[in-house]
Amino acid sequence: MSEVYVNGYFAGEHDKPLELVKALIEKRRVNKLPETMNVAYHVDKDEVQINVDSGRVRRPLVVVNNGVALLTVDMGEKLKKGEISWADILKKNIVEYLDAEEEENAYIAVSREELTSEHTHMELDGILILGVAASVLVFPEKNRGDRLNYGSRMAVQSIGIPLQNFLMRDDTTYNVLVYPQVPIVRTDSMDAIGLESHPSGHNLVIAVSTYYGYNVEDALIVNKASLERGIGRSVAFRSFVTEFRRYWGGQEDEVCIPDASVKGYRSEEDYSNLDEQGIIEIESKVPAGSVLVGKISPLRFLGVAKEIKMGLQNFRDNSLTVSNGNDGIVEKVVLTSDSEGNKILSVVVRDTKIPEVGDKMATRHGQKGVIGLVVPEEDMPFTADGIVPDIIVNPHAMPSRMTVGQLLEIVAGKVGALAAERINGSIFCGKEDNIRTELKSLGFRDDGKETLYNGITSEKMEVPILTGITYYYRLYHLVSKKIHARSKGPVALMTKQPTEGRSKEGGLRLGEMEKDCFIAHGAPITLRERFGSDKVSIPICKTCGVVAVEDHIKNKKYCPLCKNEAIVNVEMAYAFKLMLDELKSLLIYPQIIPENS
Amino acid sequence: MDESVVQDVLGLYEEKIDKSDLSAKEKSALKKSLKDRYTNMYYDCGEAIGVIAAQSISEPATQTTLRSYHRAAGIGLNITQGLPRILEIFDARKEPVTPAMKIYLQKEFNTKEKAIKIAASIKETNLKHIMTLDSLDLGNMTVEVELDKKLIEKLSIEPDKIVSAVKRKIKNLNGSIEGNKIIFEINKDKVTVKDLQTLRFKLREVHVKGIKGITHCIVEKTSNEFVLYTLGSNLIKVSKIEGIDISRMKSNNIFEIVETLGIEAARTTIVSEITDTLRGQGVDTDVRHLLLVADTMTQSGDIQAIGRYGLSGSKSSVLARANFEETIKHLVDAAVHGLSDELNGIVENVMIGKTARVGTGLVEVVMKTQETPVKVVKEKKE
Repeated sequence: MSEVYVNGYFAGEHDKPLELVKALIEKRRVNKLPETMNVAYHVDKDEVQINVDSGRVRRPLVVVNNGVALLTVDMGEKLKKGEISWADILKKNIVEYLDAEEEENAYIAVSREELTSEHTHMELDGILILGVAASVLVFPEKNRGDRLNYGSRMAVQSIGIPLQNFLMRDDTTYNVLVYPQVPIVRTDSMDAIGLESHPSGHNLVIAVSTYYGYNVEDALIVNKASLERGIGRSVAFRSFVTEFRRYWGGQEDEVCIPDASVKGYRSEEDYSNLDEQGIIEIESKVPAGSVLVGKISPLRFLGVAKEIKMGLQNFRDNSLTVSNGNDGIVEKVVLTSDSEGNKILSVVVRDTKIPEVGDKMATRHGQKGVIGLVVPEEDMPFTADGIVPDIIVNPHAMPSRMTVGQLLEIVAGKVGALAAERINGSIFCGKEDNIRTELKSLGFRDDGKETLYNGITSEKMEVPILTGITYYYRLYHLVSKKIHARSKGPVALMTKQPTEGRSKEGGLRLGEMEKDCFIAHGAPITLRERFGSDKVSIPICKTCGVVAVEDHIKNKKYCPLCKNEAIVNVEMAYAFKLMLDELKSLLIYPQIIPENS
Repeated sequence: MDESVVQDVLGLYEEKIDKSDLSAKEKSALKKSLKDRYTNMYYDCGEAIGVIAAQSISEPATQTTLRSYHRAAGIGLNITQGLPRILEIFDARKEPVTPAMKIYLQKEFNTKEKAIKIAASIKETNLKHIMTLDSLDLGNMTVEVELDKKLIEKLSIEPDKIVSAVKRKIKNLNGSIEGNKIIFEINKDKVTVKDLQTLRFKLREVHVKGIKGITHCIVEKTSNEFVLYTLGSNLIKVSKIEGIDISRMKSNNIFEIVETLGIEAARTTIVSEITDTLRGQGVDTDVRHLLLVADTMTQSGDIQAIGRYGLSGSKSSVLARANFEETIKHLVDAAVHGLSDELNGIVENVMIGKTARVGTGLVEVVMKTQETPVKVVKEKKE
């Protein structure tokens, strides 16, 4: 007796589960049961699962009867022409939707050719065995599986045109590719996904070669002229938002060019780009740290009584500034309000990002690289026809990763460019032989290789080099947003240690394990120097062992506990002093006993 | 450095060198270079050997982490390998997840038949292992146990011995042998079905032969002799079995070794177990690092774990202990007892920003600023 569940709840038992499933499916196919019902028999648990609830992901499959697909070729054509509709086909149960559970019981053919009498279903198209992310990859069947994974993961990081109304928006950050191209080698699903109208890369002329060692370890050599023509050029938008709040006592934030009497006033020059309202002019250049919106807020704490009476310094400067590394040109200023009615000003700053050494680019085959050198066009190798590659990748990227699909894309892209047509690179669609013969008929070597000439010496290269066209993504890991170094700089208020993070111009942490390395090398003095960022000299009472007080006016040191004036200065990490303070707050009394006392 | 130690070590090789057919000059050169090599291998004063040992073990260990946790040891026994095993040793767990033994045989017992016989006498055998069926006879209110005849012959167990073993374990019971069956009767006035049922389950677990806790025992032939591998470890009982070479008997249960063979044997086992597991993962660590670890773990005469409840928890410095784990506990404890920290260790000094007393931090410049230079000058003039 196998158990039968409906929507996951136990409903009863049945002697012949397979017959039950078969009967239910047959009833569904004559529209006596809802089309949304799916039945599955789990052999291992010996239970039947009937599902009619919401939230199941289902996909369409062609029903196969005795090895014959109910959707004929003829019907497919009619469907394309619009003579019959999808609803008709669903109604006739030629195509049905299966959920993940029922799919486990189905035997699905990928193409019409491989249909046997045992098959229960057939894919509408081979590409449907892939998901959205993987179906945009070209020649996936020729690559190793992990490369497809990397490839589709990197497609997500590509800069393209994510939205077509980007000029009207003020998101925190977004990147837009300038003049994106649709790939020459395409897949069938791209149009459906929307990548034909939102492309995210460029078709580049690629040569698989070395170049004086500047493309080792997956680096890329890029043609400078190609960059100037606009390859990979993108615009980074960033918005800076400030809110105008109301406070107790009728005070509120105010947009204006701050008066010199305001606490925290910068300098006249800093406010010079603002218009009379105190808002930055559109299309003005804003370097890091400059003021975008002049804003004054009431003081958080009241000052000396005299100052209040005189009306001085009742406001502090709370202007909106460009944060570090986000300089650019002001694109637009948006004035709105939040749900509580507070005024919100959002300033969008734009910056054109031309690919430079250190920027990341990738193909659709999981072959990513960082630009290693930008070469003037005259120094790049060229073919007999005068074609100069946009990009040179190192041949070492190929053998260990086995991305044969990329080699094929290079050749197919070449064919597409020469014949002025788009090549279908969908899964199981690209035929290597066809591409080769077509390339040959266009007057090139069928393997896509060409003789190149050294751009510097113009010597003929001994070995023919694979050149063709590949679709390249520019990934949004830009060096200009990552480069970071520090010698001296800001420290955190509480610990007196350097701040953390690039945006705060922070230091790079020397961690626990690095510390151990210094000790293993027997270099504790170097270690002390590296950890000395928060070094302080603190007066300590010799009798109590507690931190003493230094009175600068009377120029004397004394112990706050015993009023003793026997004080020594002890050098220690400020973090340690902080820990002693915390211990005191826990009613633990830590004493420092100087050596000679 | 103590010269006599160097001489002691070199003495091991001196004899061989003297016997060899080298010229006298070559011999002395060889001795000198040996001595130099030996002295060069000494750690320098103040070198942080503990940190170096820790790094030498843990860095390769991080690379092996993701490799399989259990690997069949080639003979069908699954013994914990890799990082879990290393952790087990360093944490000084009382009982390894898979205790195992390797047993060598004496020369006269080194034949296949005898090895199999010894293996049979080691492996734990319960009644359930040697029976084919047990059933309740509700008419006579008895429990019938049908024995596996072939297996009994193979293991050479006699049915009456089974009966006496059962009687020892379960009181008020009568057993009679009827051919292939043993029928058990309860000596009681009113026997219920429930009594029979509990008896049946008790009977299954009765220990008939072998050593308790040793669930598997497998004979394997190495290049020149038969070796027994077991799953489960019991050094004392195994050593009493005839034909076993006690001097070469091995176990991976370190605590058992401490109890039976002493702390020195445990130290050796720690070293060999870690070397073996590391080598199994394709890591070759210098033994001297492991020797240092094993020495520190066993120096108290008992096994101390490396960690919170072991070595790290017994450091003398309050700050060092607080820095490691259970910060609050150690600080409060120090406050309650009014402890002081002499700041001799490394961690404490790094914490407060002082130079730690290791390596170059160990030496300080001591100079008499007034007397010595003047004196020297005077002496030279005279």
